[in-house]
Parts: sequence; C-alpha cells; structure tokens
Amino acid sequence: MGDKVLMKGNEAIAEAAIKAGCRHYFGYPITPQTEVAAYMSKRMPKIGGTFLQAESEIAAINMVIGVASAGYRVMTSSSSPGISLKQEGISYLAGCDLPALVVNVERGGPGLGGIQPSQSDYWQATKAGGHGDYHNLVLAPASVQEMASLTIKGFELADKYGMVAMILADGTMGQMMEPVEIDDIEIKTVEKPWALTGTGMKREHNIVNSLYLKPELLEQKNFERYEKYAKIERDEAMFEEYLMDDAEICLVAFGITSRVAKNAINEARAKGVKVGMIRPITLWPFPKKAFEARADQCKAFVSVEMSMGQMIEDVKLAIECKKPVYLCNRVGGMIPTPEDILSKIDEVGGAK
Amino acid sequence: MATTNVLYAGFGGQGILFSGKFLAYQGLLAGKHVSWLPSYGPEMRGGTANCSVIISDEEVGSPIVSKPDVLIVMNLPSLDKYENDVVPGGKIFIDSTLIDKKVERTDVDVFYVPATGMAAERKIPTLANMIITGKMLKEIGASLDNIDAVLGKIVSARHQDLLEVNKDAIKLGYNLEE
Repeated sequence: MGDKVLMKGNEAIAEAAIKAGCRHYFGYPITPQTEVAAYMSKRMPKIGGTFLQAESEIAAINMVIGVASAGYRVMTSSSSPGISLKQEGISYLAGCDLPALVVNVERGGPGLGGIQPSQSDYWQATKAGGHGDYHNLVLAPASVQEMASLTIKGFELADKYGMVAMILADGTMGQMMEPVEIDDIEIKTVEKPWALTGTGMKREHNIVNSLYLKPELLEQKNFERYEKYAKIERDEAMFEEYLMDDAEICLVAFGITSRVAKNAINEARAKGVKVGMIRPITLWPFPKKAFEARADQCKAFVSVEMSMGQMIEDVKLAIECKKPVYLCNRVGGMIPTPEDILSKIDEVGGAK
Repeated sequence: MATTNVLYAGFGGQGILFSGKFLAYQGLLAGKHVSWLPSYGPEMRGGTANCSVIISDEEVGSPIVSKPDVLIVMNLPSLDKYENDVVPGGKIFIDSTLIDKKVERTDVDVFYVPATGMAAERKIPTLANMIITGKMLKEIGASLDNIDAVLGKIVSARHQDLLEVNKDAIKLGYNLEE
C-alpha cells in the first residue's frame, strides 16, 4: 500500500482522472472547482497530455465530444452555472452514445447564485439537464477518497455503457482535504471498436452522430438506449447503509450532508433514538432496492439536502409513498448542522 | 480525547490555512483520521479566513467545526465571532499583539500569545501563525517528534529553505513560558 497524502477533493479528482488514463482535459475556471483545472494545467504537460483552457464552457464540452469520438478518456469540470452552459453538449454526447466524465462541484443557484456549497443541481444531473430522452450516470462522493475512486469508476462506467458519467460534488467536497490513496486503485479499460481512429483502408467508416431524420430509426435508437438504462438500473446502483439494522427513522443523504447526518445519527443513538441512514452513492441509477427493503421497517424517512427538496421525490417513489418522507434542508450555500438534523429527528417522532 | 476539533481564524495572508494543514498532516502521520476544510472565495485574498481541522481516533463525520475544542484567533473579528462557540473546557489561543481584548468567559482556558510581535522581533514576520501553533501544540499535549516529516510534506520543494525557520517558529511558541 502506498503512502496516504492529504489532498483537496478537487485535486483528488484530477489526479484520479490521470490515473484512470485521461490525457485530455478541457475546462474553464469557476469557484469552487478551479483546483481541478489548476492541477491539470500543471500535470498534463508533464505526462504528454492536453490541458486546454477553452474560451468558454460551451467550447470545452464540444472539445470533449471530439476527443470522446476518437475513443480517448476525456473530461471537463465546472461548477453549477458552467454546467448549465454545457448541457447542450451533454445531450449531444448522450445522442451519440459517447463516454465522457463531467464534474460538477456545485455552488448555490439559480443564476450566478453564490460560491458556497450546494446540492441544488440534483434534478439537472439526474433527470438530464439537456433536451431529449436520456440519463447520465451520476456519482456522489462523500469523502476525498471517494472523489478519487468514483472518478475512476465514472470513467469505467462511461466507457462500459457509452454515456456521460457525472461526478456530482459540492464546494465542501471540492475544497476539503483528507487522506487519500490513489495508486492502489485498479484501472479497467474497455475496447472501443466504434471510435473514429481512421480506417487505414482496412475497415468501413465508423460514424458518430446524433442526427436521425427518419423517426422510425430515432425511435429505435431511443428504445435501445433505454434497454441499456434498464440494465444499468438493475446492475449499477450503489449505496451505503449506516446503522440501519434496527432503524425506525431513516435519514437519506449524499455527499457532504451525509457526513453531517452521521454526526447527528451518532448523537441521537447516544440518546437511544433508533435512527440510521441510506446514503445513495449513485444518484442515477437511484438505489431503489435499498429503499424497498427498508420501507416496511421504518416509520419515517427524512431527506437531508442542500436544495429546496429535490432528491426527496426519488425517495418517495422508491418507497412507493408507503411512509411519510420529511425534508430537512438548508440552501443558498448554507449547510445543515447536526443540530438542524437532530431537531428534525425529534419532530418526526424520534424523541425517546 | 478521541476527537479534537480545531478552528483557526484570522485574516487571509496570515497563514491560517497553512498552519491548519500542518496540524492535519501531523495528525495523519501520527496515524489519526483527519480532515481540513478552509473557507474559500474572496476571503482567501484578504478578508476573514478560517479553517476547520479535525483529528480523531475514529472516522471523521462532518468536516465542519462549529463547536471547537481549540480555537486559534489572529484577529479581533474572529474572536468576536467564534469566542462563544468554543465548548466549555476548551482552549482559546489569542494573538495578543493584534487583539487587545480579553476573553470574558471563565469556563475555557485562554492563552495570550504575542505571536505577531515575537515574529517581528525575530525578523520572521510571516511566521506568527507557526509560533501560536507551537504554543497550542504544547498546551494540548502534542509532541514535536514528527515535525520534520510534517514540514517536509507541506513546505514545497522550491522552498525547502523555509523548513528550518518554520521549525524554529514552532519551537519558539512551544517553549514559550506563560
């Protein structure tokens, strides 16, 4: 095992991407994500890779489309307003079935919003922020180690399924430092016979395209894509459970709020309150099975979010509204405190 | 103590984030779980900067320190803002060159360290942060055994000449008599 080093979450994403074989990065600076680009600008030239600060986020995502078409691992990163700008390109990547990694280190919105952490791009990330029927794989790290490991996982899943994988983090996860170990993570690669690598006069042309003027054919393409999504929903959902064995109240939280929720759970447990947590690691596919299993056991669910209540809808669907689901939230760059969560636990009947 | 929650606060440019990083690395090299969370944005460039450091025997939950066991303050606005957040029985370290206010609470231990003055006297004006860190390490019962290794991790390769002066500054604070 290698030495653990302290890294910022943003730096861990960049280093993990390089470890995963990504040699092409296109981006544009924006707080609180800028360290990803800064790290890439230092490292890429030294390892024969490309770091390019594009003239805009829109240019950057289109450069991603180009490299993805050629079959190379490629990424871009930004924060909320910049991710909105990239949505057209993300829809094109989906329409072309191209793999790429997009990182969103979220800040408060809408509009220019603020620069403090937020989770209010959940809908944009999980319900597809651009036009057309499509999904992104959405991974939500809750530690700097996961910023690294899920970046690598993201590249693998993107390649495996030919689609965009998005790391949905927030300003806190991007800026905090924790011990991280990257060298020991195993890297898997995927063959890409569809890539535009030049025929060498030895094969037919490969075509990467999202334009289908015949509706019968476009319908068929959409059907095929949704068969792939169904398989992903079956096979790729990831979650972590925390003290759920005897839990009567189930908190649901991802990213930074799951860390705060753990503190609240530990304090509540010390007072004898039976509370636990399901932490979705993939936000799409949403880990529905984890919820099905707990819907009968728990008397209430509490969705802890840094948004006005976005994930809460997926929680209600996952438990088929069998139990009440409450919201505990702060927005605009504010982070819920353990006390905020504890008082919500009391309020929903967790007091002993 | 199984978990120590430390909050550093002062102006951007005083080395608040750097000393927090020192503390986090010291914990890491001692085999502890650690986290470091800075304030970020415009305040890094001259406004009020702060940084949460958690050192624990267990996995760190929230990296946000809202009730510090140890508060290190290097400007008056930070003392005013965070003084009442410190847990009863906690420790407050004050750069008394820059802050002439006294803490009124009686349920915490307060250490007045003229760190900025000491640093100026010794012609190391940028190292007041490490002097006050040295004093803090002494009072929380930490050792200086691994500081060479720790500084080796956080002082960049270009600035290895700064390693010794950082070490001296830490020792200066550590050996400071009340």
